[in-house]
Amino acid sequence: MTQYETVIGLEVHLELKTDSKIFCSSSTSFGGKPNTHVCPVCLGLPGVLPVVNKKVVEDAILVSLALNCRIAGFSKFDRKNYYYPDMPKNYQISQYDLPIALNGHLEIELGGELKKIGITRLHMEEDTGKLLHQGTITTTPFSLVDYNRAGVPLLEIVSEPDLRSPEEARIYLEKLKSIIQYTGVSDCRMEEGSLRCDANVSVRQFGKEEFGTKTEIKNMNSFRSLQKALTYEASRQIDVLEEGGRIVQETRTWDEGQGITLPMRSKEEAHDYRYFPEPDLVPMIIEREWVESIRNRLPELPDARRERYVRDYSLPVYDAGVLTSTKEMADYFEACLNAYSSPKTVGNWIMGDLSRLLNANNLEINECPVSPVNLASLLKTLDEGTISGKIAKVVFEDMFATGKDAGTIIKEKGLIQISDEGSLSAIVEEVIAGNPKSVSDYRSGKDKALGFLVGQVMKATKGKANPELVNKLFKEKILN
Amino acid sequence: MSLYYLTAHELHDLLIKKEISAVEINKAVFDRIGSVEDSVKAYLTLTREQAMKTALEVDDLIGAGRPIPPLAGIPIAIKDNICAEGVRTTAASKIIYNFIPPYDATVVKKLADQQIAMTGKTNLDEFAMGSSTENSGFFATHNPWNLGCVPGGSSGGSAAAVAAGEAVCAVGSDTGGSIRQPAAFCGVVGIKPTYGAVSRYGLIAFASSLDQIGPFTRDVTDCALMLNAICGHDPLDATSSTYEVPDFRRCLVHDIKGLKIGVPREYLSEGIDAEVRQVFEKAMSQFELNGAKMEETSLPHLGYSLPVYYLIAPAEASSNLARYDGVRYGFRSEGAQDVVDMFMKTRSQGFGAEVKRRIMLGTYVLSAGYYDAYYLKALKVRTLIKEDFNNAFEKFDILLSPTTPSPAFRFGEKTGDPLTMYLSDVFTIAVNLAGIPGLSIPCGFVNGLPVGLQLMGRPFSEGKLLQAAYTFEQSTDHHKKHPEL
Repeated sequence: MTQYETVIGLEVHLELKTDSKIFCSSSTSFGGKPNTHVCPVCLGLPGVLPVVNKKVVEDAILVSLALNCRIAGFSKFDRKNYYYPDMPKNYQISQYDLPIALNGHLEIELGGELKKIGITRLHMEEDTGKLLHQGTITTTPFSLVDYNRAGVPLLEIVSEPDLRSPEEARIYLEKLKSIIQYTGVSDCRMEEGSLRCDANVSVRQFGKEEFGTKTEIKNMNSFRSLQKALTYEASRQIDVLEEGGRIVQETRTWDEGQGITLPMRSKEEAHDYRYFPEPDLVPMIIEREWVESIRNRLPELPDARRERYVRDYSLPVYDAGVLTSTKEMADYFEACLNAYSSPKTVGNWIMGDLSRLLNANNLEINECPVSPVNLASLLKTLDEGTISGKIAKVVFEDMFATGKDAGTIIKEKGLIQISDEGSLSAIVEEVIAGNPKSVSDYRSGKDKALGFLVGQVMKATKGKANPELVNKLFKEKILN
Repeated sequence: MSLYYLTAHELHDLLIKKEISAVEINKAVFDRIGSVEDSVKAYLTLTREQAMKTALEVDDLIGAGRPIPPLAGIPIAIKDNICAEGVRTTAASKIIYNFIPPYDATVVKKLADQQIAMTGKTNLDEFAMGSSTENSGFFATHNPWNLGCVPGGSSGGSAAAVAAGEAVCAVGSDTGGSIRQPAAFCGVVGIKPTYGAVSRYGLIAFASSLDQIGPFTRDVTDCALMLNAICGHDPLDATSSTYEVPDFRRCLVHDIKGLKIGVPREYLSEGIDAEVRQVFEKAMSQFELNGAKMEETSLPHLGYSLPVYYLIAPAEASSNLARYDGVRYGFRSEGAQDVVDMFMKTRSQGFGAEVKRRIMLGTYVLSAGYYDAYYLKALKVRTLIKEDFNNAFEKFDILLSPTTPSPAFRFGEKTGDPLTMYLSDVFTIAVNLAGIPGLSIPCGFVNGLPVGLQLMGRPFSEGKLLQAAYTFEQSTDHHKKHPEL
């Protein structure tokens, strides 16, 4: 059977979290009553004019720099013309042939190797409103329109067709999200629509240079559905080719429920957007000094931070990658290190118990009930031998559930480790007396039996016995 | 002389001398409206109550011995494609026949700061597309000098109102001649300022890169007062200029000795009425008498103005007018099957024939495969036309031409053939394409109909145009004549 290669390029839309919209002073905040965050300008009333929000251009430049793009010296807005009731003017102010930035890239890690993914362009545009239907769009007796989102600033980031599998596409999108979150200009929440992704997909026989006919896939609302949709689409295309068919260039929509892509419109039905330069806005001349002043605001980005963790904290590359995947997690990690200086231990706790509890409770790390200082003091308590590792996990769960610090919980619940040799000796002797079979097993060389005996002491002390001390006592008392 | 035929500066003098009250002025003008509006039909909406209220406030100020701005209490009409908060604004189109803007155009706000008495909203060709006001979605306006003739367009209502004494001054908009051509036809002063001199915020867009707001007045002095009131940077209009606005009253100097005036020969070649040419030549001699240096010159690409304009303006219009779809405001056709059907029915029924013609033309020239050949080519030729003017202004302070090739025509004379109608703007269009200021001033009559003289200058040289026009006006008496109604 012929071997095929999948070729994918992604078009990502990001909502910027500026205070006001891209061309007027209406609020961008989420969740207001319908049509309350609007003004004559974003409603497109007769006679109004757009004025560019400078913050949007700054944010666009910041993201462009983070993605290693070349910033245009001269850029302009254009009108993209098409009719849809969620668009107040029936044209969208966007950028066509002179976008704010071109020719960038980011690096993703694939099986330990770095791969550079090209970014074709980045441009600014306005978001549309939202249609509300009763039931489905085809059966609703009428539709309502909410223009609160109309005019919210968007960045569109178009990748080169450099991605070679659905998994690569997902990893690219995760990396893009991570970089943009570091810049702080967008929440990048796919579920809430502040990060949206369309994909161009084609397949070709391995070794061929020429691209196959592509389809555009829309409506993928999570990282998981992106990978699922692309996997489905690639195999659909391969099936068509294997059966001797041809790929139709078209736009398809991902149906999450059925797990398939469905045709939306063909190339012939594609819109002619009749782009032309927006006459209500003057072209932008982007001064180099301005770009440099924005560059100075760039935070340390995930790649640089990961390298620093490997270099300065001697963390494994994998750990460093996980800990720097979001700015919030890396910030949390570093805040812990300020109070507790073992990076590997802190990292293990964050990647282990902390992440597990966050996931289980559907929380982000910046919502974590355990503050970095409290985690650090728990680890110190552990080092000091006040509690055992096992008890520490219990204490941590309690800290997560209540927000209390470790000391309080240990005190309240009487969890201090018993390291007093005298009192532990008594319990050890009781266990030796009560379990002659295990004692003789251990004596005859069955090490497993020691574990059982230690367990009995732990049971008797509700886990508070110092395990090392208990081990030592058994060895002394049985073997000597 | 009747009160309603005085100029704003004359009325202002009478007001501050307390020889007359603002209420009396406004009563006189509204009485005049009462007696002639049925035959002129300049207005779509009257705002008498509002005007009277402002007049009272102005009288109170005067009574209290407080200073008043130069245009305070003066009855001024606004073209109905310029938004005034709470006042129906239709652009003379059925598609927004009931639109009441929740905001003021910047120009309206600036005039309100001057405490003008807004008389009402004047008629126009639908969305300012036309040259006779016959394209109004509601009714035609008549030329006060001859009721069987058109007042010109698209700002026909504003020009006719000022000429007929139904307003002292008026505001219009000019995309290809829509102020200067009706000013010429109605025998009043009209200026299209430099693109960017006056904010377009609140002006219902026709062709954004060409539209500009300007005043109609009975003399050049009033023109200067109106420009003082409306020019200046507006943060709400990204295309408005940040240049420093002079006090235009200082430009009203009766002296043009040594002024270098060029007369582009292309304006005097084909298509110009012999009588209009005679009137124009007489005006030229007057400038020479006043000491200007006249010389023939050439704008080689001027002949392309009309085709370039009818590619660029409809292209922008097709996009600007896309928002009128029945979803949010204005007219919505009943009984549509779905949203696309609603769009189509609403727009088919709501727009008039000329507007539809231009939307189709504009949609076509922007379409894939045609953009380069039409729109892009037009932009390039537009640059050549601009360069022609730049070159001419290296040598000349001002360029002079007739405003129109012929005086006002009769109703129906050109409605059958759009191209003939388009040709009536042939002398004014290039000024919009170049973005420069153009002023039309009365310079004589042909068969009892006024003829206009067009003065064109460098960007932001409105002051120079005013000075030349003022000198001409002081040497002639055309501006003192009024139609008999």
